[in-house]
Amino acid sequence: MAEERRQKQCSVVLPTESMKAMAESVGVGQLQEDSCTALSEEVSYRIKEITQDALKFMHHGKRRKLTTSDIDNALKLKNVEPLYGFQSQEFIPFRFASGGGRELHFYEEKEVDLSDIINTPLPRVPLDVSLKAHWLSIEGIQPSIPENPPPAPKEQQKAESTEPLKVVKPGQEEDGTIQGKTQGAPAADGKGKEKGPIRLKPRSTHELSVEQQLYYKEITEACVGSCEAKRAEALQSIATDPGLYQMLPRFSTFISEGVRVNVVQNNLALLIYLMRMVKALMDNPTLYLEKYLHELIPAVVTCIVSKQLCLRPDVDNHWALRDFAARLMAQSCKTFSTTTNNIQSRITKTFTKSWLDDKTQWTTRYGCIAGLAELGPDVIKTLILPRLAVEGARIKAVMEGPVISNIDKIGADHVQSLLLKHCASVIAKIRPPPDNVEQYRIDYGYLAPMLCSHVMKARTQAAMQAQQVNRTTLTITQPRPTLSVSQSGLSASTGPRTPSIIKVPSSLTLMSPRPGTPSQPSPPATKYIVMGTSAGSASTQQVITINSSQSASTVTSTVPSATSTLQPLVKVEPGSGPTLPGSRPMQKYIVVSLPSSNSSMENKGSVIPTPISTTLEPTGKTDRSESPGASTQSPH
Amino acid sequence: MAAIQGGMAEAVEIKDIKTEPPVDAVVNNNANDGSVLSASPGPGGSVGSTKPATGALEEKQTLLAILQFLKKNQLSESVDILRREAGLPQDLFDLKGADASSGSGGTPGTVEGGGLDANSLLSRVTSSSAAQAPVKAPPAEDQPDVSVVLSAYSQQGDPALYEVYYSGLKKFIETVLDCHRAELSQVFYPLFVHMYLELVYNNHENVAKAFFEKFSGDQECYYREDLQVLSGLTKKEHMRGNETLLDFRTSKFVLRISRDSYQLLKRHLQERQNNQIWNIIQEHLYIDIFDGMPRSKSQIDAMSGSLAGEGKREANKAKVYYGLLKEPEIELPLDDEDEEAENEEGKPKKKKPKKDSTGSKSKKQDPNAPSQTRIPLPELKDSDKLDKIMYMKEATKRIRLGRDNLPSICFYSFLNAYQGLTAVDFTDDSSLIAGGFADSSVRVWSVTPKKLRKVKSAADLNLIDKESDDVLERIMDEKTASESKLLYGHSGPVYGISFSPDRNYLLSSSEDGTVRLWSLQTFTCLVGYKGHNYPVWDTQFSPHGYYFVSGGHDRVARLWVTDHHQPLRMFAGHLADITCTRFHPNSNYVATGSSDRTIRLWDVLNGNCVRIFTGHKGPIHALSFSPNGKFLASGATDGRVLLWDIGHGLMIGELKGHTDTIYSLKFSRDGEILASGSMDNTVRLWDAMKAFDDLETDDFTATTGHIHLQDNSQELLLGCYTTKSSPVLHLHFTRRNLLLAAGGYNP
Repeated sequence: MAEERRQKQCSVVLPTESMKAMAESVGVGQLQEDSCTALSEEVSYRIKEITQDALKFMHHGKRRKLTTSDIDNALKLKNVEPLYGFQSQEFIPFRFASGGGRELHFYEEKEVDLSDIINTPLPRVPLDVSLKAHWLSIEGIQPSIPENPPPAPKEQQKAESTEPLKVVKPGQEEDGTIQGKTQGAPAADGKGKEKGPIRLKPRSTHELSVEQQLYYKEITEACVGSCEAKRAEALQSIATDPGLYQMLPRFSTFISEGVRVNVVQNNLALLIYLMRMVKALMDNPTLYLEKYLHELIPAVVTCIVSKQLCLRPDVDNHWALRDFAARLMAQSCKTFSTTTNNIQSRITKTFTKSWLDDKTQWTTRYGCIAGLAELGPDVIKTLILPRLAVEGARIKAVMEGPVISNIDKIGADHVQSLLLKHCASVIAKIRPPPDNVEQYRIDYGYLAPMLCSHVMKARTQAAMQAQQVNRTTLTITQPRPTLSVSQSGLSASTGPRTPSIIKVPSSLTLMSPRPGTPSQPSPPATKYIVMGTSAGSASTQQVITINSSQSASTVTSTVPSATSTLQPLVKVEPGSGPTLPGSRPMQKYIVVSLPSSNSSMENKGSVIPTPISTTLEPTGKTDRSESPGASTQSPH
Repeated sequence: MAAIQGGMAEAVEIKDIKTEPPVDAVVNNNANDGSVLSASPGPGGSVGSTKPATGALEEKQTLLAILQFLKKNQLSESVDILRREAGLPQDLFDLKGADASSGSGGTPGTVEGGGLDANSLLSRVTSSSAAQAPVKAPPAEDQPDVSVVLSAYSQQGDPALYEVYYSGLKKFIETVLDCHRAELSQVFYPLFVHMYLELVYNNHENVAKAFFEKFSGDQECYYREDLQVLSGLTKKEHMRGNETLLDFRTSKFVLRISRDSYQLLKRHLQERQNNQIWNIIQEHLYIDIFDGMPRSKSQIDAMSGSLAGEGKREANKAKVYYGLLKEPEIELPLDDEDEEAENEEGKPKKKKPKKDSTGSKSKKQDPNAPSQTRIPLPELKDSDKLDKIMYMKEATKRIRLGRDNLPSICFYSFLNAYQGLTAVDFTDDSSLIAGGFADSSVRVWSVTPKKLRKVKSAADLNLIDKESDDVLERIMDEKTASESKLLYGHSGPVYGISFSPDRNYLLSSSEDGTVRLWSLQTFTCLVGYKGHNYPVWDTQFSPHGYYFVSGGHDRVARLWVTDHHQPLRMFAGHLADITCTRFHPNSNYVATGSSDRTIRLWDVLNGNCVRIFTGHKGPIHALSFSPNGKFLASGATDGRVLLWDIGHGLMIGELKGHTDTIYSLKFSRDGEILASGSMDNTVRLWDAMKAFDDLETDDFTATTGHIHLQDNSQELLLGCYTTKSSPVLHLHFTRRNLLLAAGGYNP
């Protein structure tokens, strides 16, 4: 057998041990080695034969995936009874177990409590097949509508910006052609020299078609206009339309110029609108924004740290804009920061520098702290916590000292609550439980009492949350949850056909470290709550358990940019108290967004994910930000 | 077909059940009278049907076999004695081939009925292969050797020497002149397979494995799939009932080699006394020798790849009437549109004769067209005539397509199909869409505002005033109006679907082995045509209605008419599943594509196979005739589209670009653009005019039929349109040349 296994895969044969295991399972005790060999060869041959027939059914079923029904049909061809009831909703339904020197893959069959099934609400009836028409091409040109794939895929946009010489025209973007051309290089060498000058980077004129100009005009007007409904529509369009890349330079200039002008004029409303545009652009999965960061980031940073953003700083809520912009900044750091552009470290440096400056105004100070805090708990831990005492003293000077101006006081107040909000959760995680006010005073100075109460609140809420989590997971466990959106298409009628309307955004996840659960020796399995999106309320939830090692890959592969797109949509509830790491209670299900970048942190539990209540924003929006229209299985 | 079941013995019985003897027999006998080629209906069809008729032949066969055996062993005296005693004339000997073929059913009888062990069963198969193999007697040395009749793989050469033989030949071929090398290399693959099978058959399992390991890597990449099947087969027991294997043994692998190269090979083998290889070449290979320059590697690669080698040249010599039938004369209401039609004259339009018909200068019959009554066609009804008039009106508004004038494409997505969409069809006037699904259902949609309505029930129909002018309108039940109708009846995935030209019927073929005819008036099933006992992969109505063709896993394509429950013709000859079937625009021919990677063209009149096209490297899933009937386009899992000239029986073009199986091909109404839709989620448009024009400038009459295909796919590609994760399952040009595409959205 050993030598056979070494042979090429074409003559792979089942190991004889399998035969023995199977024989034992049907009660045949001692099977001769010879019989095993003979059996395994015969079985392997038959399996291959059936698989080859099943492939035919797959091809005629116009699918790329072999399904169990194909195997059934192939068996039927051979006049063999199909394997009934072997429809799996998972790709590989087998579980692995080892022990006593044997390794075993088995098909897990759980005991099902009937009353549970009876009590769970029925899954939604799968949608009926329907027909929808759209223009794939109009006189040879593919219109940029949501039903069509983006005209220039992100990779191509990237290639255009990074390797302009290699740009291929749409319609000929076959890899083959490029390769073919390079392979044919020796023959066309002479030609290549003639073509030399042509191969220079072509001057792109960025001319927009009339329709595009109209669109641009409409969109920009709607975005900064007074009609909120129109604006929502326009932002939606920016966030989803696949054909915007040609207009991207205009949009980015529009935003950066707009910010420049409106900061001078202190027009808070317009600044907010512009920031929402930035967000919409970042949400659009088809755009390659990297090229325009040099315009967008300064604009965003301006909205975070500018001294004055509105005409009446004492009344207007420019703090919210700063918060929003800070979150945008954090999002772009996560999405775009690379080792080459170092966005995150440069931004951090900028914020820190102006924060450290004594002359900095309270508004700017607030922006800097917000910007830093949004970057994550690590940044808070290393940059903000050590300065709490200093900052506390400064706040104290304003609050308790002689009244200089009302504006300063408001500023100091905001800075204080901001610090409390962000630091409490971090402190709750890094400090051991006994929260001693005196001890805090030594460490954090003026802010200590408030901080201490916040931390305590955070801890209690986390504990409650943990309980609630346990309860929730118990109540909504469904028989066989599925991660994938598509593969369950042919599955049986029961159970989650619904996955087709469920997305698995990586951000909508729930960590349940479940303190004190002894039954989990290995890194605890992560529980994901998958939010269905029906009419704004989460009506379909599923808890999906996956080993954390797996989860990382699954999550990133399904919806790569979900975190970034989602986060700013949902508001962080402002006045919440200190929390325990990982989770905290809300009135409904709690969903916690994980930083998509690193799953290792998640395992260590050192991250404080930003807690988000799903009830705050219509989930319809969150769905929109991923693959558009997946909820109804329509291509837009 | 035989191989589908476990053992041969069973298979024979099953065949008996499967085929409807009376009809088959007629067809097949017809075929035998007609042409040589048709004499090779798959082993199955004929075995079952003609067996009883051949009792007398059997003995003769046996005697012949013995005679030949004796002759082979130089026992000339015994030969004479036997011949005298049996009263066999001298010339019978030479007629052996023809004999065998005419009684192809009888050949199995040559082996005495008694010892039905595996050995004799297997050798039977081989023997019948010899019988049906090419019968036009090739040069003497190609005459199939006698020993086949006895047992094919029973020679007991030293297994260890096989490797030596093979590598010896390999060395020889590697050292011959370059011009011959490519041609001779063709021998490798069939030789390799047969040597391997011989080893396996003679129970040299380990040697066989080693042999496979050593040389399988040398084979051309397009045989990979077959090699995979072969690799699984390591025991004699496996050889029973393995289809691929049986194909190999029942059919001769056809090679086309120039005379020079062949002489070279022959001389080498004779010098080296390499009998083992020589025997295989004689027994299992059919070498089609031609005079002239040896072909180049690329020429060979273009044509090879099928399961049983290239098509024989003679196979493609039969005359094919590829011209179009004259359109019936219909009084076209004279209006200003007529003028336009006149202006567009000179355009090779499909419907041109029809337009002329108004002007009494009725065009002469196309010399390439079959006579109007070659096969009986249904008479035109009034409604058909109305439809023709509609068609003509639409045709005048047709957009002239071309390189600079690409069609618009409208894509119909099937939403929420959960990957279950398996077949799509449009009506010719693009008013209805039908979809077949894996859950056995068939759905029909109306894409015009006109909703689908059922006919009223019998009781209600009684109340209708039958004399009124709008009786056709009155019989419809308004209450049932809806945009789509669901048809239940199949018990397996629906793989093929086709509207009748008059839009009154719908055909669907399914995994359950039936073809069903549905009425689009009552939305009920009218007939279930049972004949294929295995999945039916495709079915299509004839462009003139009434006839339809189906093909499936049983390797037989059947021609039916809607009012008979048994097929009229059975087209047997493919070595693997028939994956797609298409009617020629003149309804006189049927093209079938198969998993054996060949395309065959069958004559509806007599059931003969008139063309065999080889060159695809994967199962063929799409076929399309050009509107003028001259050309055929085919698409396969290898992602290539091949273009064929039907009249000359030649491959004339190759369109590369798709990266996955091509499921749909369609020519525009004027034949200027070829659209292809694929699993890779793209629709591609090709310049068909250019592809055909380029060719006609070549020296086309070259008798050798060896074409140089220039690689101009990139020039011919006019557009590539990617869908959003929707494989393109069907394409259809409306009468005004708008391209409709359809596929399921699989997010």
